[in-house]
Amino acid sequence: MGDTPVLRLVEITKRFPHVVANDRVSLELLPGEIHALLGENGAGKSTLVKIAYGFYQADSGEIYVHGKKVDISSPRDARRLGIGLVFQGFTLIPALTVAENVALFLAELPWVVRPRDLHRALREASRRYGLELDPATPVWQLSVGEQQRVELLKLLLANARILIFDEPTKVLVPHEVENLFRVFQGLREDGYSLIFITHKLREALTCADRITVMRQGRVVGTVRPGETSEEALLHMMFGERLGEVVRAAGREPGEPILELRGVCTKPVGTAPGLADVDLVVRAGEIVGVAGVSGNGQRELGDAILGLLRITRGKKLFLGEDATRWPPRRLIQKGVAFVPEDPLAMAVVPWFSVLENLGLLDPRRFSRLGGLGLDWAGVRAHLQAGFARLGLNPLPEQARAATLSGGNLQRLVLVRELSRPYHLVVGLYPTRGLDVRSANAVRQALLAAREEGKGVLLISEDLNELFSLSDRIVVMLRGRLVGEFRPEAANLTEVGRCMTGAGVGHA
Amino acid sequence: MNWFLSWISGAILYAAPILFPTLGEVVEQRTGMVNLGLEGLMLLGASVGFSVSFVTRNAWLGVLAAAGVGLVANLIYAGLVVHRRAHQLAAGLALMFFGIGMSALIGKPYVGQMAPGLPKYALAGSQSLLFRYDPLVYLAFLLAPLLWFLLFRTRFGLWLRAVGESPAIAYAAGVSPNAVRYFAAALAGTLAAVGGAHLSLGITGTWSEGMTAGRGFIAIALVIFSRWNPLRAIAGALLFGGAVVLQLQLQAQGVGISPFFLDMLPYVLTLLVLLVWGRGVRHVAPASLGRVYFGTE
Repeated sequence: MGDTPVLRLVEITKRFPHVVANDRVSLELLPGEIHALLGENGAGKSTLVKIAYGFYQADSGEIYVHGKKVDISSPRDARRLGIGLVFQGFTLIPALTVAENVALFLAELPWVVRPRDLHRALREASRRYGLELDPATPVWQLSVGEQQRVELLKLLLANARILIFDEPTKVLVPHEVENLFRVFQGLREDGYSLIFITHKLREALTCADRITVMRQGRVVGTVRPGETSEEALLHMMFGERLGEVVRAAGREPGEPILELRGVCTKPVGTAPGLADVDLVVRAGEIVGVAGVSGNGQRELGDAILGLLRITRGKKLFLGEDATRWPPRRLIQKGVAFVPEDPLAMAVVPWFSVLENLGLLDPRRFSRLGGLGLDWAGVRAHLQAGFARLGLNPLPEQARAATLSGGNLQRLVLVRELSRPYHLVVGLYPTRGLDVRSANAVRQALLAAREEGKGVLLISEDLNELFSLSDRIVVMLRGRLVGEFRPEAANLTEVGRCMTGAGVGHA
Repeated sequence: MNWFLSWISGAILYAAPILFPTLGEVVEQRTGMVNLGLEGLMLLGASVGFSVSFVTRNAWLGVLAAAGVGLVANLIYAGLVVHRRAHQLAAGLALMFFGIGMSALIGKPYVGQMAPGLPKYALAGSQSLLFRYDPLVYLAFLLAPLLWFLLFRTRFGLWLRAVGESPAIAYAAGVSPNAVRYFAAALAGTLAAVGGAHLSLGITGTWSEGMTAGRGFIAIALVIFSRWNPLRAIAGALLFGGAVVLQLQLQAQGVGISPFFLDMLPYVLTLLVLLVWGRGVRHVAPASLGRVYFGTE
């Protein structure tokens, strides 16, 4: 180490409409190092690496590869220079096979592609790097971990020496993360240089040789893991101290808001259906739903929201039989929904912030008998909503698709919680969010509880469930198999129950 | 037996003018573009091909001219869709109406005239009058496996299919989605117009307004039937060709069915086949079909 940086970004600036994503950002990647790029959602990490890969063009700034100034105006240029990027959410085409996906990214693919030769070459390569894969499988049949292996194989076969990973651990379960980091170490020993993006401190501290912290489009500093601490990094990421989530002492919960009695649904694909689920959410309480993902939690949320047909049993909302209500009726009666992935489930990506807010409650703001919308009203309502939840307002005209995950979730919170409602259903509402955004969501859920609303929180984060919930129920294969009170139970008990090791009530 | 042979022979002939546009549309849709303008392109090809052949007394010049006009017309469509990001269905319909009007204008002086048609060569071993086709028929059936090879066994074919599945990923792989789409549109426009020219120069030997009679739309249906596979497109084209010939034969025999009803037969048959075979097609369709690609901005 200490020789010429393999990649040097100098004073990179990139503006999007309404935001400066990168403001004079500089970064050096040394040969044979693992470099973590750390920062909360929306800090500009993704934008920066996409500029290095030619996916975006910087408004100003310079890029040097192996000390030579280069012009990267497309991914093709980047790959010619030996730079490879594994995108967040992957760039695999589900309909094509593993081999075809890899071939697509090969620089020297012959004009005529014989599947048999391609498969043989691929099988050899995947064995060499210890990434077992069947070249003939269509990608849609692969697990997330396997897909990541395909991504990596793609870069290695395309002779990339500078490997960039955009939040590679976001989609992985813990032991897959360990495997990935082991692969990273192996690659470093083979002389590759790596950059990976994360917003998890521990990952940066355990895996990286150097850590560069970004905040609000700027580089705060670069440190070595041995010379820093978690607190120091947190301070760099967020600037000020984080507000802890404060939960007021429990009150007696009030009337039942939502009641499920013996609810069953049909299984969809490999996911289990609900089986005889009995659940009550009362006014002024947060009911947490714990479980290993894929045990019917999503189905529970969908059944409550009217997106999944209940085949047997009853659903009562405020005492009325709501078993067959369509989603629209539930919304009108006061069900709010905070989903895991707002872009897919709650907002229209191409609409502006303002339009997305006007979307759910158009009747309220309609004018001229539905021919027009009272945009001033929507705007006032929006500003009041942000103020009430203690959030910084978002740029009204920005397209939803350009917002970071945390800001999107803030948008959804404001929309869902600033109209009259009785029940909030949170379906993994903090997954993938940085600490501060996640806390904003948690605070909003607690505020709802304070106001005497019912809250159903489906989450995989046991710490979150323990710090927020009044009661925790555990789902296993579509059934509720346990119920705990956080003050009287501990993580291990609940964890055992989640994995089917014990059925408990506390 | 004789009747059966002549039916087969006719089906092959009538399959050709529908096979050309179907093959072109398969390739075009594989890159994510739905082109509803095929009907217009075919008509343009039919009238340009016929009039050029009439004026120059050379059918091959007619075919060549038709191919050129189809290519240019469809590049205009591609320009609208790719660069102006126009809605594909709207742009396609505009192309269709343009083709209908323009072909009527070009063909006006030649209605009821005869132009030199394409020469015919017997299929190997055939002594009779049956199974004698012009070279375009052989070309159509040869093109199907060639295009299959292009799509599924070449680097460029991989690019084509990748663009149709996800232009953004193709771009990330260093492929230019726009260039690929222009190529596909050029090919599809050429083939559709040649299909039209084959109708006027290879089959009827005359020009009449609207003579393609909806074949452009049948071709789009056959693309779905073929599940975007050029080889299966042959089956679809033969099916439609067979239905057309069957209807002609029934009319010639003087069957007591209304000729208007018989005219309907090929279309009804195509619909029925689509109803039966069209299930599960969603999973095969190119994922970005019909979507506007905005680039990375």
